[in-house]
Amino acid sequence: MHELSIASAILDAVRKEAEKRPGAHVTKVGVRIGALSGVEPEALSFGFSVLVRGTDLDPLALEIEPVPRRQRCPACEFTFEVAEYSLACPRCASGETLLAGGDELDLAYLEVEE
Amino acid sequence: MDRIPLEKKVLSENDRIAARLRESFREHGILCVNLISSPGSGKTSLLERTLERFPKDARVAVLTGDIQTDNDARRLARFGFPAKQITTGGTCHLDALRVERALGDWPLENLDLLIIENVGNLVCPSSYDLGEAAKIVLLSVAEGEDKPLKYPSIFAKSELLVLNKIDLLPYVSFDIARAREYARQIHPGMEILEVSCTTGQGLDQWIQWLEKLREAVTSDK
Repeated sequence: MHELSIASAILDAVRKEAEKRPGAHVTKVGVRIGALSGVEPEALSFGFSVLVRGTDLDPLALEIEPVPRRQRCPACEFTFEVAEYSLACPRCASGETLLAGGDELDLAYLEVEE
Repeated sequence: MDRIPLEKKVLSENDRIAARLRESFREHGILCVNLISSPGSGKTSLLERTLERFPKDARVAVLTGDIQTDNDARRLARFGFPAKQITTGGTCHLDALRVERALGDWPLENLDLLIIENVGNLVCPSSYDLGEAAKIVLLSVAEGEDKPLKYPSIFAKSELLVLNKIDLLPYVSFDIARAREYARQIHPGMEILEVSCTTGQGLDQWIQWLEKLREAVTSDK
C-alpha cells in the first residue's frame, strides 16, 4: 500500500505546476496508470481524496486513465495490448514478444480555471 | 477551463535521484542490485550465504530496508562488510532518496558491489527505481507458485528470479515447473535460479550470475 506516497507525489507536482501559473485555480489532474506500475487505481483515488481534503487545493479532482500492458513482436513488428496473461503475438503467434509498455505512472494533464 | 498537458512522471523526483545514483555507480564501477520479495522469502539468508562466500577483502556493502528494527543489519554486519540499516518507519518500500542518504558518508570508490535488500513486499518496491542495474525477485517454495501471476509488476521488471528454499520441496505442495512457467508467462526469457540457503545448492550459480552482471555493467564504463 504505497498509493498514499504516490498520491502525495501527485499533489507535490500539482503544487509545483500551480506555482508557475499565479492566479490560476487547478480543478483537475489527470494521471496514466499502467497495468505493471504496481499502483492500484482505487487505492490511489482514496488516498488522493484524503490528502486533498481541507487543503488549499480542495476540491481537486483526480482522473485516472488505466493503461494496459503492451508487447512488441520482433518477428512481425506488431505491437499489441495484453489481455489476461497471453503474451503471444496475436498476428503471427510467436511466443517471443518483448515488453513494450505498461509501467506508466505519468502525470498527463492539469485542468485550470483562470 | 484550460487543459494543460504535462507529460511527466509522477515519481520524476525519485527518478531524478535514481539517475544520479546510477551515474555515480557507473563512475565508480559499482554493480548495484535491488533484492525484492515477500517478507520471509529469505532475502537476508541469501545475503548471509552470499557474504560468507566472499573473501575478506571483497569490496562489497549492503543496505537493508525494514519498517522497524536493525536486526537485519546486525545479522549482516557479522561478516565484516559495511552493512547499514534503513528503517522506513512504516513505509512499505525504499526510495532513491533514502538510499542516497544512507550511502551519504560511504566512500564509493572502495566498492565493487552494493546489494540493496528492499522492504519485504512484492508490490510497492516495484514502483521505485533505486538506481540499481537490476532488480532481483525472490520467491520461496513455502509460498504459492502462482505469485508471478498475482504480482506481475515485480516479475516483469526483475532480471532474475531466485527460487529459494528448494530443500523444502519434498515437504510442500509447491509446483516448481508451474512457478517457472508462470514467471516466463509474465516475463518471457526471465532468468531463474534454484537456491537453498540451507544446503547451499545453487549458491555458486548465484554468485556467478552476480559476477557476470558486474562484468557486463562495468565494461560499459
